[in-house]
Amino acid sequence: MLQIVNLTCTRGDRALFGRLSFSVQPGELLHIQGANGSGKTTLLRTLCGLSQPADGEIRWKGTSIRQLADDYRNQLCYIGHTNGIQGDLSAAENLQFGTCVGGADSAADIAAALERVGLARAARLPAKLLSQGQKRRLALARLLVAAKPLWILDEPLTALDINFGAVMNERLASHLAAGGLVIITSHQELKVSGRTHKISLDS
Amino acid sequence: MSQNLLGTARCIFKRDLILAGRKPADVATPLAFFIIVTSLFPLGVGPEPDVLSKLAPGVLWVAALLASMLSLGRMFAGDHADGTLEQLALSPHPLTPLVFTKILAHWATSGLLLVVLSPLLAMQLNLPTHAMGTLVVTLLLGTPVLSLLGSVGAALTLGVRGGGVLLSLLVLPLYTPVLIFGAGAVTASASGLDTKAYFSLLGAFLLLALAFAPWATAAALRISLD
Amino acid sequence: MYKYASPKNFYALAGRLIPWLGAVTLLLFIAGLYLGLYVAPPDYQQGDSYRIMFIHVPSAWMSMFVYMMMAGGGLVGLVWNIKLADMLATASAPIGASLTLSALVTGSLWGRPTWGTYWVWDARLTSELILFFLYMGFIALQAAIDDPRRSARAGAVLALVGVVNIPIIHFSVVWWNTLHQPASIGSLGKIVSPSIYPSMLHPLLIMSVAFFLFYFTVLLIRMRGEILARERHTGWVAEIVRATPEIRGTHP
Repeated sequence: MLQIVNLTCTRGDRALFGRLSFSVQPGELLHIQGANGSGKTTLLRTLCGLSQPADGEIRWKGTSIRQLADDYRNQLCYIGHTNGIQGDLSAAENLQFGTCVGGADSAADIAAALERVGLARAARLPAKLLSQGQKRRLALARLLVAAKPLWILDEPLTALDINFGAVMNERLASHLAAGGLVIITSHQELKVSGRTHKISLDS
Repeated sequence: MSQNLLGTARCIFKRDLILAGRKPADVATPLAFFIIVTSLFPLGVGPEPDVLSKLAPGVLWVAALLASMLSLGRMFAGDHADGTLEQLALSPHPLTPLVFTKILAHWATSGLLLVVLSPLLAMQLNLPTHAMGTLVVTLLLGTPVLSLLGSVGAALTLGVRGGGVLLSLLVLPLYTPVLIFGAGAVTASASGLDTKAYFSLLGAFLLLALAFAPWATAAALRISLD
Repeated sequence: MYKYASPKNFYALAGRLIPWLGAVTLLLFIAGLYLGLYVAPPDYQQGDSYRIMFIHVPSAWMSMFVYMMMAGGGLVGLVWNIKLADMLATASAPIGASLTLSALVTGSLWGRPTWGTYWVWDARLTSELILFFLYMGFIALQAAIDDPRRSARAGAVLALVGVVNIPIIHFSVVWWNTLHQPASIGSLGKIVSPSIYPSMLHPLLIMSVAFFLFYFTVLLIRMRGEILARERHTGWVAEIVRATPEIRGTHP
């Protein structure tokens, strides 16, 4: 479904990785590993279409994502390490804005999603008062509301406590079971049941 | 059911207005700048009413131009820092209309307020009363052009060192036509001349800027996010 | 033709062209200046001072032309992702800025005998001044961005916005100028155009061609430098460095 062909990415004029090829099918999780600075974030941003690769191609259902443009973006939900949270808006407002920009119906159950990530009581607090882990949960709540098949997650487990880490693993498993795709970077070991692959960017 | 483009645009507009309301200092600073700069001029050139009324159109327009430029920094910088801009760029809707919405919201919380303030400052500078209407109309036509052109510069300088000063270098030369015709119209009106040609030209600039600037800004944002 | 779009081949081609272009440029400059400064008769109104136009007018023309080249290079680089086009834009900017400065300085020197002052807000001088600011903006933006690709693409967008605006700016300035200009002062543009004799026109044309080729000569030299800087990690540049003792000496 998502196919990466001979992908080469550079930062400045330094090559991060070259001629990377892999594919991810529905129901599969790809765990990208690598040392700091090996280009994991760049790879994820390139897979989203935010960064342009120096060479190579990314295909979704056989068509280049550059060609698909908006149609491809409609399929994916990206949680980067900036959470996309504005401190002066409340948690609920942030989530509502996030889903609205993501193209999902804003009336979708924001409250239910906040409940599921354990932020029900913080819904009306300005987001700047949330802890780092709570902000992370708020960002991840977008996954629940948006209902997109392709999840691209940059270190989603950082700052999360053990309980919510386990919840997150379950979420990933159920997304895979429903035929979703996950591409993820994480320094933690993922305990997700389902088809998982690993690739390493360290040469 | 998924959200349509108009719905998403409304979300963005509403959010930016709410944010401006929660951070009133950001909105007020360029306005304060506008007031202070125009108030400094009489101190610099002397309080003679004749001199002031002759200088008023130019001073008001230059001050409005600088104040509008000062406010450009917050158009995208906050969203860039917290990752919201990435979310916008990844929206399934085309980026150009979303960016246009942001520019509109920015103008409503900067340029529009300058327009509202301008008659007060015009009185301070002894601008003839019959030119007041022209001043307001030219600013109403001209300040959106400033926001539109400025948005390109704001997008290009995102996250760049020395961004603020650089932004002024990029944007101010592009502002000259608006300044010439904006201030020109007020001067003409103050001396009782016809201003129709000025209005048409400012209107034409506005249309041109509406057609091209959001698109260029969207391209610039994608470059800055790369 | 496509072959020369690769930086390596272009580097070699430019290296072969530069001496020839340089020689022709030099000859044209000598011929143009000789005809302009010795052969052409003094103007019946301005005496000898008009001769500065042989520098001023080509500088002003080229300052506009180079901006077009910059925007064109930027566009090609942006749309087709061709590195050489980006380099053309980047390498053109300082040349264009210098030509604009030259038009400003010669215009102001010319103003002294014509208007009795070094600076009046003449339409052409004002346009050139704003053009100079536009060049400065482009150079400053590219200098402020470290990533070479982002720097090239950001510059391209700015140059394109600039090129759409230049005619509007020029038109606005001319309008503004005719409104505010005292009747006694003729603009530089008007002085040049109507009453020009063939003996003055020929050196002007020769000088224009000389400036044109001068731009291309310097452009090729600058692009060669640009290529070496951007391709410094590639094998063929390392080869050149190894074969050139002067360079090797400075980078132990």
